[in-house]
Amino acid sequence: MRYLPLTDTDREDMLARIGVPDIDALFSDVPAGKLLKGPVDLPRARGELEVERILGKMAGKNTAASAVPFFVGAGAYKHHVPATVDHLIQRSEFLTSYTPYQPEIAQGTLQYLFEFQTQVAALTGMEVANASMYDGSTGTGEAVLMAHRVTKRRKAVLSGGLHPHYTAVVETLSEMANDEVVALKPDVSANEDILSQIDDSVSCVVVQSPDVFGNLRDLKPIAEKAHAHGALLIAVFTEVVSLGAVVPPGAQDADIVVGEGQSIGNALNFGGPYVGLFAAKSKYIRQMPGRLCGETVDSTGQRGFVLTLSTREQHIRRDKATSNICTNSGLCVLAFTIHMTLLGQAGLARLAEVNHANAVKLADALASVEGVKVLNDSFFNEFTVKLKKPAAEVVEVLAAKGILAGVPVSRLLPKAGLDDLLIIASTEVNTDEDRAALVAALVEVL
Amino acid sequence: MLNRQGRPTQAGEAAHAEHATFTGNKALQQVEPLIFEIGHHEATGVDIDKPAPFKSRLGKHARQGEIGLPGLSEPEAMRHYVRLSQKNYGIDTGLFPLGSCTMKHNARLNEKMARLPGFSDVHPLQPLSTVPGALDLMLELARYLMTLTGMPAVALSPKAGAHGEACGMMAIKAAIAAKGEGATRNVVLVPESAHGTNPATAALIGFSVKAVPARPDGTVAVEDVKALLGPDIAAIMLTNPNTCGIFEPQIVEIAAAMHEAGAYFYCDGANFNAIVGKARPGDLGVDAMHINLHKTFSTPHGGGGPGAGPVVLSERLAPFAPVPFIHVENDKPHLIETRGEAPAGNKPFGRMTAFHGQMGMYVRALAYMLSHGSDGMRQASEDAVLNANYIRAGLADLMSLPFPDHPSMHEVLFDDEWLKGSGVSTLDFAKAMIDEGYHPMTVYFPLVVHGAMLIEPTESESKAALDLFIATLRDLAMAAKGNDKERFTSAPHHAPIRRLDETRAARSPVLKWEKPAPAKAAE
Repeated sequence: MRYLPLTDTDREDMLARIGVPDIDALFSDVPAGKLLKGPVDLPRARGELEVERILGKMAGKNTAASAVPFFVGAGAYKHHVPATVDHLIQRSEFLTSYTPYQPEIAQGTLQYLFEFQTQVAALTGMEVANASMYDGSTGTGEAVLMAHRVTKRRKAVLSGGLHPHYTAVVETLSEMANDEVVALKPDVSANEDILSQIDDSVSCVVVQSPDVFGNLRDLKPIAEKAHAHGALLIAVFTEVVSLGAVVPPGAQDADIVVGEGQSIGNALNFGGPYVGLFAAKSKYIRQMPGRLCGETVDSTGQRGFVLTLSTREQHIRRDKATSNICTNSGLCVLAFTIHMTLLGQAGLARLAEVNHANAVKLADALASVEGVKVLNDSFFNEFTVKLKKPAAEVVEVLAAKGILAGVPVSRLLPKAGLDDLLIIASTEVNTDEDRAALVAALVEVL
Repeated sequence: MLNRQGRPTQAGEAAHAEHATFTGNKALQQVEPLIFEIGHHEATGVDIDKPAPFKSRLGKHARQGEIGLPGLSEPEAMRHYVRLSQKNYGIDTGLFPLGSCTMKHNARLNEKMARLPGFSDVHPLQPLSTVPGALDLMLELARYLMTLTGMPAVALSPKAGAHGEACGMMAIKAAIAAKGEGATRNVVLVPESAHGTNPATAALIGFSVKAVPARPDGTVAVEDVKALLGPDIAAIMLTNPNTCGIFEPQIVEIAAAMHEAGAYFYCDGANFNAIVGKARPGDLGVDAMHINLHKTFSTPHGGGGPGAGPVVLSERLAPFAPVPFIHVENDKPHLIETRGEAPAGNKPFGRMTAFHGQMGMYVRALAYMLSHGSDGMRQASEDAVLNANYIRAGLADLMSLPFPDHPSMHEVLFDDEWLKGSGVSTLDFAKAMIDEGYHPMTVYFPLVVHGAMLIEPTESESKAALDLFIATLRDLAMAAKGNDKERFTSAPHHAPIRRLDETRAARSPVLKWEKPAPAKAAE
């Protein structure tokens, strides 16, 4: 077996040195009858070539985003990632290192975490950011718990524009912890009355912008009302590229900002691994979940970085910890921070502009198709259309034609009576030919 | 001595002297500023054409003013991150005996497979008819995990070990609620030796925590568990093999006692790597166990994630598994994504995360399993255990074993009894290992022994590597006992940076770079 360095002679010598007759003597604490006598019923070891064949065959059955005109979004987005990113994150010293518990030999990881925290704080317009969460949805759940700790209240109000999976994650966590959740009904046109839900019992209001239907939302009035009642505003985004073009949540007085960072540096990966961005006002840092990297000096006065404020964390605080989280999303953070460094604010602004331009071009083209109605007043790179046929059926027919047209709302919200709605995203990867193909196919199908 | 070109070929005196350099660099060790100190706001390392003029649909939401982030050209960015990487220790650098963390070899085949466009470039919400291979992969991974654990179901979606713990405990909570005992069964037993995530997870889900005392031999005794059982007990969270590196000898009795009392057995599977192919948790009475794919099945730790924490479930917990899950009907897989779509008999407790979990990690873990096969995985467990016991045999006469009565599994635990009076602490000893080119073992965990040193070599080390490691630790141990304090208390001496002031970092946290205030003009 190519991964195992010990030879049979080594094994014999080592058992002799330990002073046991055979390997099973070391498993003597396993209760009688529970030790397996031979390998389990699975295939035996295989060479690289055979493994490549097996997995290559599975992969080959899937339609890759790059292979077709691709307009699928709703929480994960197809973007171009510079070649440099994937090369760098595969360097052994990044890929095969552990959480930086020994900072003297982990300054590489710690410095990029510090750079990442600074980037996320700047992007969101917030004072502090942590070293990442698993993804945007779990980050949102953690943000709600954090708001409960800050306000000492236990009721969250969720906007109907929040991604339904995010809503489900918050509801699950809250149900388990016996916390209250008010989830407003799906709000396709961004005209829900969330302000009337806010009173002195509310811990936090969770609002996504751009929302799952693509609408841009005004957070400021919600922040004002929330603050007047001692509640917090949690602002969520699933498309971080939007921050290159829109007013950041920090400028609208959000207290906690959570987002999905997959778009920058990370592949679609059928849903994971991704990277959750998490930022807050600095007065709340001691209630924040997740790892934090901080600057300090070594014994000679040289600048260095360490994990800090770990008294919040599970390995110290156990059942009093701010969160049970142990890992973050280290390598996805690295991919994010390298891509963001390559972009810089100039590149990000340009990337955002191209995304918006492509979405506008597509929305304009679709608006002229009979049986298609664009519902959004405002949007960034994603919008919702109403079709004259059920969206899931249309998407299936278009998929058969080699076009991945978007996400039917019914996929996220079955039985919500929104079967004719389709969420369409357009990023920098789409060409004029892609858009023309989608428009032509819709004309044919509708 | 000179060679024929007149070039000195002997190291000479220079090799023995430390010289401060003008740059602060030390040859391959480069001082590297932050991107904010080397980049410029107008610089970028990507070329994207400006779009033709168009009418914005951002409305009043358009960003005003700049973000305040620098960019770097591609060569600058490449050099920056390469230099940072050179300040890191990884598995590929050397022996990384971090107990409980399982720093085994990360095969690059797995990286290559995860990057096949059919896995990496597919969207979680594209039509399921376009991703049959993705569902095949998830089903195959599930089959391997269920076979290796002897458990009938698995929830794949949790994103890391602690997330898997939460998932398993939520399934238990849902099962208890379904029996109408939600209001009364709300206490979880957690041994003192447990990972900190266990009590944190229990608390997260609204359970209160009661500690099970540790026995002097490092194990949990069934009598101690029984003494705590009652109608208020929901579950026990027990790590097996435990955090002292010992297989819990009474695990079957403990499971039976829990079940008899109407409670559940959550097994923390962080150390599953010791028994893969040797023993099955399903045979031991486990109701739920998370599996850290990044430990047992070698998906890279990546400097602290991403991980993956699928949870195997017993028959009585299986109906409560969260969405999404794959339901196979007439040989056809259906991905169930919402509670409402769940087929009869399923009562999913909710959703752990958006989408379907850590697909990228699934691919890597399955590549590991396919490569090793049933025989290779069994051998890997045996070699991991053999290596740990070999280290133990090589050091037991110099260092102190708190629990000598049980064989070690995949990791061996020492305490700091043997350092008493030396003036050298566990931390000092760990830092001196850095100077010798090793990553330190896990220190000060588990909490049940003083000054813990938890050594897990994994199966990836050769005998020669272990022999040198043992010899090095013996030399260090002798020095520690022999009054060579300086080698320890000011270590590391040769790392890119010396010991860091963690108190200062916590007292006045600096969590991001701030532009320095402009220097005042000289008077």
